Amino acid sequence: MKAVELSTVASTFQEIKNRAESGWQELWHSGKPVILVGTGTCGRAAGALDVLQAIRDEIGRQNLDCHLVEVGCMGHCYAEPIVIIAKPGYPPIAYGHVNPVIAERLIKDFILGDNPCLEFVLGALEKNELVPSFSEFPRAKYEKKVILKNCGYIDPEQIDHYIANGGYQAVAKVLEMSPEEVIDEVKKSGLRGMGGAGFPTGQKWEICRHARGRPKYVVCNGDEGDPGAFMDRTILESDPHSVLEGMVIAAYAVGARRGYIYVRAEYPLAVHRVRVALRQARELKLLGKNILGSDFSFDIELFQGSGAFVCGEETALIASLEGKPGIPYHRPPYPAVNGLYGKPTLINNVKTLAYLRSIIENGAGWFTGLGTEGRGGTAVFALAGKIVNTGLAEVPMGTTLRQLIFDVGSGIPDAKRFKAVQIGGPSGGCLPESALDLPIDFDSLRDAGAMMGSGGMVVLDEDDCMVEIARYFLEFTQRESCGLCTFCRLGTKQMLEALDEITKGKGKIEDIDMLTELAEDISAGSLCSLGKTAPNPVLSTLRYFRDEYEAHIKEGRCPALMCQELIAYYIIPERCERSCDACVGTCTVEAISTNKKRIKVIDQEKCVKCGTCLKACPPQYNAVVRLSPPDQVPASE
Amino acid sequence: MSTDRIKEIEVKIAPEKEITVTEEQANHIQETRRILKKFGRKRGNLISILQMVQGRLGYLPREVMLEIAEFLGIPGIDVYSVVTFYNQFRLNPPGKHSVRVCLGTACHMKGGYITLDAWKRRLGIDRGETTPDREFDLDTVACVGCCTMAPVTVVDDKPQGQVEPTKVDGILLSFELEKEKEGEQNQ
Repeated sequence: MKAVELSTVASTFQEIKNRAESGWQELWHSGKPVILVGTGTCGRAAGALDVLQAIRDEIGRQNLDCHLVEVGCMGHCYAEPIVIIAKPGYPPIAYGHVNPVIAERLIKDFILGDNPCLEFVLGALEKNELVPSFSEFPRAKYEKKVILKNCGYIDPEQIDHYIANGGYQAVAKVLEMSPEEVIDEVKKSGLRGMGGAGFPTGQKWEICRHARGRPKYVVCNGDEGDPGAFMDRTILESDPHSVLEGMVIAAYAVGARRGYIYVRAEYPLAVHRVRVALRQARELKLLGKNILGSDFSFDIELFQGSGAFVCGEETALIASLEGKPGIPYHRPPYPAVNGLYGKPTLINNVKTLAYLRSIIENGAGWFTGLGTEGRGGTAVFALAGKIVNTGLAEVPMGTTLRQLIFDVGSGIPDAKRFKAVQIGGPSGGCLPESALDLPIDFDSLRDAGAMMGSGGMVVLDEDDCMVEIARYFLEFTQRESCGLCTFCRLGTKQMLEALDEITKGKGKIEDIDMLTELAEDISAGSLCSLGKTAPNPVLSTLRYFRDEYEAHIKEGRCPALMCQELIAYYIIPERCERSCDACVGTCTVEAISTNKKRIKVIDQEKCVKCGTCLKACPPQYNAVVRLSPPDQVPASE
Repeated sequence: MSTDRIKEIEVKIAPEKEITVTEEQANHIQETRRILKKFGRKRGNLISILQMVQGRLGYLPREVMLEIAEFLGIPGIDVYSVVTFYNQFRLNPPGKHSVRVCLGTACHMKGGYITLDAWKRRLGIDRGETTPDREFDLDTVACVGCCTMAPVTVVDDKPQGQVEPTKVDGILLSFELEKEKEGEQNQ
């Protein structure tokens, strides 16, 4: 009986796979040019939809026979919108910063003509004689793509693209294993929860498998609330099936029949693409009753979050799924034993689930071999802030922060000096230059006072005030606190008030001790990790940048020239080019006037300190400066 | 939330059954009933129902919350507590155009707060408010995940990158021009 069932799974899947592969072959080897346009949210924000329309129009006008495919994001967000053109006879070439005009030229000159428009090239996808390929970029030495492999190369709304690239193979394989074997493999791989806490995934599965109570649920936590993190969004937008496949594997292992995928409402495109993916997976019987003809059934429901950071906390997420306010409850019992509607519930992060297919396919040994020095696997980071190559990077565990920021991210733009890197969002901390040689993994970052968190990484340069960033995060957690625990509700408020005063130059030196004391109390007196980790940004900045706090308090000076109350904009008369009106024209509140000598003067009363004049002043004059404290502006002004 | 406020709301939200409703309120209730037909009477559906109703009406007025509460067989205060807990739900009508200033880390460090100031100044309203002519409503959003385009403002669901005070003026100008054009066409 068992043998018959096994072959059903294999043969059903083979049939699906054959069809998908022939479609994929047809796409790439039909002799027609293939155009890929990245239309993830980052691409759209940069104007990818206009580019797509321009290409579509031009194809229509020229009556061209080619394939136009919408893909997700390849991680090179700094160069969005990105268009990839694969023309027979040429390597596939990616073009960056494409606008509708460039798009039209690419069609006319490259597809119709034979000029590959080298001036717009970002890189080629394979090694060739003509243009440098991504594999020759300095960052390629450090990057190792596992869960980002498909992102930007396949159409996320076509399940066949995913299957042709090895997708759902792991489901077919798992259905022929016993659940215990699956759990064992995941345990051996050493995979840890990528949502931030780093709990061993296999162990969680085992607990859930052995938990009494039926039915069991599998929940995908896609409530990526950390400001500055966007890898879950990218994966859901660019390769949603990899997450669904992970959920099916997890459900088989723990014995669940029902799952929920919880996606933030702020990610409408991810919501849309997951919805499409669910429908397509059901159509091919990769979800639903008797998956691939086996006796295993599992289906997934999409649930949209409603904008509450605390819902990233698993117990709050469960409350939210039950239709209640997202207020966490005490653990243990953990959700794996007592979760949604009181039943055993396995909750895994988007990235954790996305790793599973590769682990099942290639084995645990392959996965542990990826990292360095006993740290297995890879980690995905979202690089943002003052860094040249903003975007996503997937690197083996154990890569150092310096390699990640300076080699993969190409360092700090505008020849500014690196100051700190903020890792792990509101729960994480700011690490200074001296911590840059730390190898990245869960434990080393925690020891340094930061946190792996979900992998958001915001790079800060000399223009960023460390007190202000601590204040910013506290303002965030304070607003997002659900209000259950007194320390979190009132303590963060008091800390925020103190920081507000400091950034306005009204702080007292005793405030620093009070902040430290309150931080300890909040950590100890809060139920969930929102409260437990809320003081981290303050503690880490106090640890590494205490001098900045002191400058604010003692001198009323913001060393980074950022805190608005502590700076003033001033036009140096000697540098002002009298015939230029750039600042006057751009000032949004008409605070700049011209005096009798034709020199521009800022009315400090009217000035709102938006900095537009500083950006407008041509670099050869460089006449607008910021002064701190503000009383440094000469009295005659 | 102080206890006084909770009391006040309890009074408001549990009125006598027969209340006179305006035409607008009656329409809201009609729409809500139409949407409720798609859902089972399960508490777990509350958030999805609220999302769909808000998607249709733009906000969640009192009569709608009461209608949903009755449908699910839960007290009105439970609906109200969910609506006020989550940032996504709004209690006042939106403007014709929605402006959402992203205040994620990257946006903040690249001057998102300055952009927010510019919007406030130009529209003459604070975050969470709607202009008196109901043309614009202004709010902030924690992070839309386009950190590489910072500072971002989402205008009418379309994320726009590098929105600095001058671009705020540009966006407003383009709306003005559009309105003028419409005005001409109507004449």
